[in-house]
Amino acid sequence: MSRLVVQDVNKCVGCMSCMFACSRRFGEGGLAKSAIHVASIGGVERGFKVVVCRGCEDPSCAAVCPTRALVRRKGGGVILNAQKCIGCGNCARACPIGAVMWDYESNKPIICVHCGYCTSYCPYNVLALSR
Amino acid sequence: MAVLGSLSRVLYIDLTGKKYWVEDRSDLFEEYLGGVGVAVKLLEEELPRNADPLEPENVIVLAVGPFNGLYPTASKTVALFKSPHTGNLGESHAGGRSAIAIRLAGYGAIVIKGASDLPVWVSVQGDRVFFRDARALWGMTSSHTVGRIIREVEPGSGLRTIMRIGRAGERMVSYANVITETYRHFGRLGLGAVFGSKKLKALVVTGRSSIPVADRKAYREAYDKIFKLIVESPLMKKYHDIGTPVNVLHLNELGALPSINLLQSRLETAGRISGEYLAEKYLGRRVSCAHCPVACIHLAVLREPYEEEPYFYKTTFVGYDYEPIYALGAMLGAREPEGLLKLIDVVEAYGLDAMTTGVVLAWATEAYKRGVITREDLGGVELDWGNYEAYIEAAKRIVEQPTELYKAMARGVMYASERFGGRDFALSFSGNEMAGYHTGPAAYLTYAFGARHSHLDSAGYSLDQRTIGKSLPPGEVVNRLYEEEAWRQVLSSLVVCFFAREIYKPEVVAEALKPVGFDLSVDDLVKLGKKIFREKYRLKIREGFNPEGVAFPKRIFETPTPHGLLSPEYMEKAKREYVALIKRVTAEQG
Repeated sequence: MSRLVVQDVNKCVGCMSCMFACSRRFGEGGLAKSAIHVASIGGVERGFKVVVCRGCEDPSCAAVCPTRALVRRKGGGVILNAQKCIGCGNCARACPIGAVMWDYESNKPIICVHCGYCTSYCPYNVLALSR
Repeated sequence: MAVLGSLSRVLYIDLTGKKYWVEDRSDLFEEYLGGVGVAVKLLEEELPRNADPLEPENVIVLAVGPFNGLYPTASKTVALFKSPHTGNLGESHAGGRSAIAIRLAGYGAIVIKGASDLPVWVSVQGDRVFFRDARALWGMTSSHTVGRIIREVEPGSGLRTIMRIGRAGERMVSYANVITETYRHFGRLGLGAVFGSKKLKALVVTGRSSIPVADRKAYREAYDKIFKLIVESPLMKKYHDIGTPVNVLHLNELGALPSINLLQSRLETAGRISGEYLAEKYLGRRVSCAHCPVACIHLAVLREPYEEEPYFYKTTFVGYDYEPIYALGAMLGAREPEGLLKLIDVVEAYGLDAMTTGVVLAWATEAYKRGVITREDLGGVELDWGNYEAYIEAAKRIVEQPTELYKAMARGVMYASERFGGRDFALSFSGNEMAGYHTGPAAYLTYAFGARHSHLDSAGYSLDQRTIGKSLPPGEVVNRLYEEEAWRQVLSSLVVCFFAREIYKPEVVAEALKPVGFDLSVDDLVKLGKKIFREKYRLKIREGFNPEGVAFPKRIFETPTPHGLLSPEYMEKAKREYVALIKRVTAEQG
């Protein structure tokens, strides 16, 4: 299965178009549902970090989920079963790269499903879907 | 029905009582969309008649609109306040992350009233507002350091705006600006001095909410259409590759680049301060405002060797744009980019408006050379075209104000020239210093009458360039400026960046508003633009703006423009047409 990858972070201009795209998957604006996070690495002049799910083979987030709401996805990463999720936040804390975002409106994690929708909105080819 | 959601919420912050509250103002957002339309009404409500701009009674309104957080290049926040620089309506727009942060924190506007007894910074985190002790930050030499400190102690990295002032704002230089994040500004008309007068060092806003729409499918379709237009537009390429200084060479060739205090409209050395030259030799990074794929913000890398230590360098990133290059470069006779970049960096660190500072320094240089002001007035600083060591020193003194002259220069070129002389070559229009376009009559009408007081009011510079070789009757020029400016009231109510104005045409705007629930025809929008223009002018006149009193400095008639030498008679006629227009428009009902 495909995985979302950051090809060259130095090309990122911090426009956040990918973040908005990720939230827009559900047809709404804003950033509450975005599974991607872009921030400067200490002032925009130093450049940006683009935090996306790495699609781990053996994901730490799933390992610490007490209700098995996070199930391993074929080819790497996890899928969220929102019904089982109790919003404890263990997964977000366990991800060493901070790629489990938090939806404060539903109090549940936001998990990247590696759909690649964001890649069409990155005009600088920072993001790509690797097959 | 418009799906306003959190857009209709207005956050009121009272610095005197350290209180805050939220009011639902659906009434205003339904009628005026947001941005400048709503801000005019909020300021009109809150600002006492004839308020002193630097007293607690002045009010700051920051407003966003229905496109922020929903559509690309809707990346601006509108600030309205009473300007300490002109004594009239102050309007300034900034990008960075300001608009997205305010909208996603759950507000359509923030109204800041009163004044704090001690220096504070205010942190807005969604529904919670914190008043933080800023005494340790007050008096810091560089606004960069202030930003860095706040960045480390406040949450919301990547999602927040950090609006702050430098020493110029604290010292209430009438054209002090407010810096957002880094390298973007509420540049003109002295919002920084108003912050300073309120002892407000910074305003931090963080948010990550969702924005619901009325029609999800139509929203995604409208989004894709606009996104495609933006990324495929040649405008995007131009602003991305070279940035706003792509204009330098073009204007220089036209003979429209104001140089050496407008003694010239061309500069021999323009090639060395051009966007192309800077991109080739100095460009270090391109950056975007939030939700704008263009990345027009260009940062130069400046490497300065330390004299006492071999192979050791101070490396600074300096944001450059057309206007700072015009004002701090061409107007001061720059011969190479390094001095100019160092001056831009100092102006940025102190939080001065680059455009005004350049025009003030240019006036002072000519005044000194003509003997209107003395070496003593200048505290020994030897101003001379292209002497950047002197300009850096003078810029610092404008902030610290050690002599009567610097105190006067801290209030702008009109005040300084009234006090010391040299009014004929003080390039002030209704109290505000000119923008970087000596293109012809329309540009100067914009500077004098434009509500926002910059080149982007009604783009007179653009009309001038389209009509080279033709002589339009003054009435037609004024009418075309009015039509353009009225439409721009819609764009700055939505609030989109004016660089995307060719994308957000009336039909596109009407279409994009539908999924948000606004059912407005192109005709409705055009009417709304005129209504906002009218309301803005009513507020200006209420606060003492006198269109009849507008005067043009003699210098603009002495240097040829691409339309030849401007005629004072023509400009006088055009002024009368503008006065008549304002009278007619503000008297209209409805």
